[in-house]
Amino acid sequence: MNSTASTTLKLLGLLLLACVPLSGESFYVELAAKTLVLAIFAMSLDLLVGFTGLVSFGHAAYFGVAAYAVALLSPKYEAASLWYVLPASVGLSALAALLVGFFVLRTKGIYFIMVTLAFAQLAFFVFHDTPLGGGSDGIYLNVKPTAEIAGWLPFDLDNPSHLYYFILAALVGVYAFLARILQSPFGRVLVGIKSNEHRMQSMGYLTFRYKLAAFALAGGLGGVAGFLYAVVFGFVTPELLSWHQSGNVLLMVILGGMGSLPGAIAGAFVFTGMQELFASWTKHWQLVMGGVIVAAVLFLPGGLAAVPDRIKRSLQGGGSNE
Amino acid sequence: MDFASILIQTLNSLQYGLLLFLVASGLTLVFGIMGIINLAHGSFYMIGAYLAFVLTSVTGSLFTAILLGIPLTFAIGALLEWALFSHLYKRDHLEQVLLTYGLILIFEELRSLLVGDEVHGVDIPALFSASIPLSDVLSYPVYRLVISAVCIVLALGLYFLIQRTRLGMMIRAGNHDRSMVEALGININMIYRVVFALGFALAALAGMLAAPISSVFPNMGSHVLIISFVIVVIGGIGSVWGALIAALVIGFADTFGKVLLPDFSGMVVYLVMAAVLLWRPEGILKKG
Amino acid sequence: MGHTLNGAFKLGIGMALVAATLGTSQAADDKIKVGFMLPYTGTYASLGNAITNGFKQFVAEQGGKLGGREIEYYTVDDESDPAKATENANKLVKRDKVDLLVGTVHSGVALAMAKVARENKTLLIVPNAGADEITGPLCAPNVFRSSFSAWQPSYAMGQLMAQKGLKKVVTLTWKYSFGQQSVDGFKEAFEKSGGKVVKDMTLPFPNVEFQPFLTEIAALKPDAVFVFFAGAGAAKFVKDYAAAGLNRSVPLYGPGFLTDGNLDAMGEAGKGLQTTLHYADGLDNKKDPAFRLGYAKTYKMQPDVYAVQGYDAAQLYNAGLKAAGGDAGKQAEVIKGMESARIDSPRGAFTLSKAHNPVQDIYLREVQGGQNKVISIAAKGLADPARGCKM
Repeated sequence: MNSTASTTLKLLGLLLLACVPLSGESFYVELAAKTLVLAIFAMSLDLLVGFTGLVSFGHAAYFGVAAYAVALLSPKYEAASLWYVLPASVGLSALAALLVGFFVLRTKGIYFIMVTLAFAQLAFFVFHDTPLGGGSDGIYLNVKPTAEIAGWLPFDLDNPSHLYYFILAALVGVYAFLARILQSPFGRVLVGIKSNEHRMQSMGYLTFRYKLAAFALAGGLGGVAGFLYAVVFGFVTPELLSWHQSGNVLLMVILGGMGSLPGAIAGAFVFTGMQELFASWTKHWQLVMGGVIVAAVLFLPGGLAAVPDRIKRSLQGGGSNE
Repeated sequence: MDFASILIQTLNSLQYGLLLFLVASGLTLVFGIMGIINLAHGSFYMIGAYLAFVLTSVTGSLFTAILLGIPLTFAIGALLEWALFSHLYKRDHLEQVLLTYGLILIFEELRSLLVGDEVHGVDIPALFSASIPLSDVLSYPVYRLVISAVCIVLALGLYFLIQRTRLGMMIRAGNHDRSMVEALGININMIYRVVFALGFALAALAGMLAAPISSVFPNMGSHVLIISFVIVVIGGIGSVWGALIAALVIGFADTFGKVLLPDFSGMVVYLVMAAVLLWRPEGILKKG
Repeated sequence: MGHTLNGAFKLGIGMALVAATLGTSQAADDKIKVGFMLPYTGTYASLGNAITNGFKQFVAEQGGKLGGREIEYYTVDDESDPAKATENANKLVKRDKVDLLVGTVHSGVALAMAKVARENKTLLIVPNAGADEITGPLCAPNVFRSSFSAWQPSYAMGQLMAQKGLKKVVTLTWKYSFGQQSVDGFKEAFEKSGGKVVKDMTLPFPNVEFQPFLTEIAALKPDAVFVFFAGAGAAKFVKDYAAAGLNRSVPLYGPGFLTDGNLDAMGEAGKGLQTTLHYADGLDNKKDPAFRLGYAKTYKMQPDVYAVQGYDAAQLYNAGLKAAGGDAGKQAEVIKGMESARIDSPRGAFTLSKAHNPVQDIYLREVQGGQNKVISIAAKGLADPARGCKM
């Protein structure tokens, strides 16, 4: 497919997403908003997993840190300023990622997977056990942040449509930002690390610093998603940091095919769609979900993104055997 | 804390650490020898505990249940390896994470469909149901000491198996150089199958032994999984001795953390892990 | 990259179609819509089922109607997952547009439901979750509870233990808010009556390695121990406590969740345990035997406290609907009817406090012959203080 067709498709997809609030069904607008938030979350993880080759199994920690930051930084019965809580919560999650990254990036492979998981558990317990986080019951965000600047209100996050478009804009922004980063020299070093870290080191790159920067950046962007999640639902709980959430977002990235930003977005939609669909069939929907996951790994190496290629190859008569 | 309390808490730490070792040993073997990351290890523990419950209620005795359970779980393990895990060796860790994550969901739902969601108790065998008085008010259950003894025996057994037997030699060789072993005409696939089944059976055995003191309940595998990960990371992947040391360290950290630092007790274990990583990023005993 | 996007596009259309078909299934009709948001999978699944059964039993007794109107049920499994709570509540409130929301067991999930109910002015009856806040600082005209507050059974136990002449007590619970609220309620009553809590101990939820705490209790040698545990952890604690021999010298007390649903799992170790709760086996009222018989006939099992709470949730709504002449849309009148109702519950009759929490008798029960037998009334007509409720 050539690049014009690809651009057209992207714009079409965007147009489709922009039409959702017109349906007027508040539940589905909220469901779509949640999926967009998850799409941002999945893209942030894809920077690590798909582009830098770092399989983090604790990415929910940064999502959760930002979500908690919104709830904790907002006054109880008044609106906080969006222009203060957004950068602050994103900054805090990036800082948390920087700190954790310093430890976990000393390890590789299976160690890295397990250590990121363990640090996410540590973060989980910080919010679950200490007086800071309000315990297992979580905290309300009673009033959504306001976008007011010196008396002027450009948009109102209390209005579901405004909130939806704000999230859609954030999605486009994060997408453009990541696409730009990946084409910069920095992004090319990350991709180089993924394919051969030793080579990058022998070329004189201090790969640890690059990986640390990527880790903190991914944490911060995951924080954008966490921030939006807290604003949409107005409620944060330690479960947001649980390893199931880390597993789910990893699943989205893989479903969409690693190393593809549109893939990560598609993965989030597929994941949410499957969840809704299976849950409407049976209360034992996790059994179906588990079956789909296992089957996908066994029969679909490369994720959904590889499906069209495989079909094309088998149609052309070429062997598509792995 | 007075001296007697410290002694008793030390006993508690050792006993808890040894049980953790039993769960983690299977995980570290599968990690180290086969290079597979297995999130479903906690589910294996859960399966063991539920087998103990079901078989004990059928046969009326935990001994019989365990004697039946060990070959049964070994067989299930071999079957799983053949059907699923054998396809994963050449895949990357990510796909292993994904497949085993899917397995957790499947096992948990199957458990719910087959046995239900209620909490069940498993009786301690009458032979071991007594307690030994330690002080005027506190006694120590004999069954816990029995578990510790079984864990020690198993640790020695594993050491013997890996260091002194032909199978162990093949396992060690397979760990280091797969193609070399195959060149010698040894069936590496069979070794992997045995190792995986052994790992499954060890986790399940831990579940079976723990069932009488922990009861059986939904999601019981999930806590065990994370703590086993921490132990394997601290001990060094693939090192059985490392896992033993790490499990004891965690046993002590958790026990004394609860008493001395109650506000941070959920975090103590992970802080210990962070400290070890700073000191030795590849665990206490790195496997060569 | 283009391929994936193509896939995403198709999926988007697919999802829109799914959404459209789901959307049309909620055509308006004359039935009253009741939405259950309860755990149907996971640790609390049996509680969710009992509550649903209890609710439906009362409706069946009324000929399938409440307030003279037919009922249509909508169900969402909350999985006891607070991370999904708001979204799940919105499924019932915004998608299905239910008249009454019923749920749930887990306190964190219930708090999120209370928030959704307040924001959308949907009537909510909480049939279990005991978080003090629901009928405390977060109370609202449209939020009701048919169960209890964490404070109630614990406060009653505090009074009782002080009356027994116990002076020095150690408490132990999981470090989460329900456990801590229970301990606070106990402490308030116990220390007011001259007792002293010598040590508060907590462990992270859902950790069940109790051995270090048992050692600590043995070293402190208190007159008694007060604990809050529930479910699987409670069964394990009671067994560990007995295995450590502590039950011979230091009696153990706690709210009834320690033993409810756990009698089988605890076995011998549970014998003789005394707990407080708003329900018990062998109650001396007319309603209970009839309720139990009906329940056992329909569901082929014995009802528990959760079934009672579900049954009473239906009774409460029935009273409200009757007052409004069967019109669920007249919410103010429904609420008035519910507020002034006297519920003839299997636990004994109760009314609601100003904050919409039951004012009820708390029983002292003892484990005898595989049942939680009632011993006495520990506190008569106990009302939650509803601290922080501005209503």
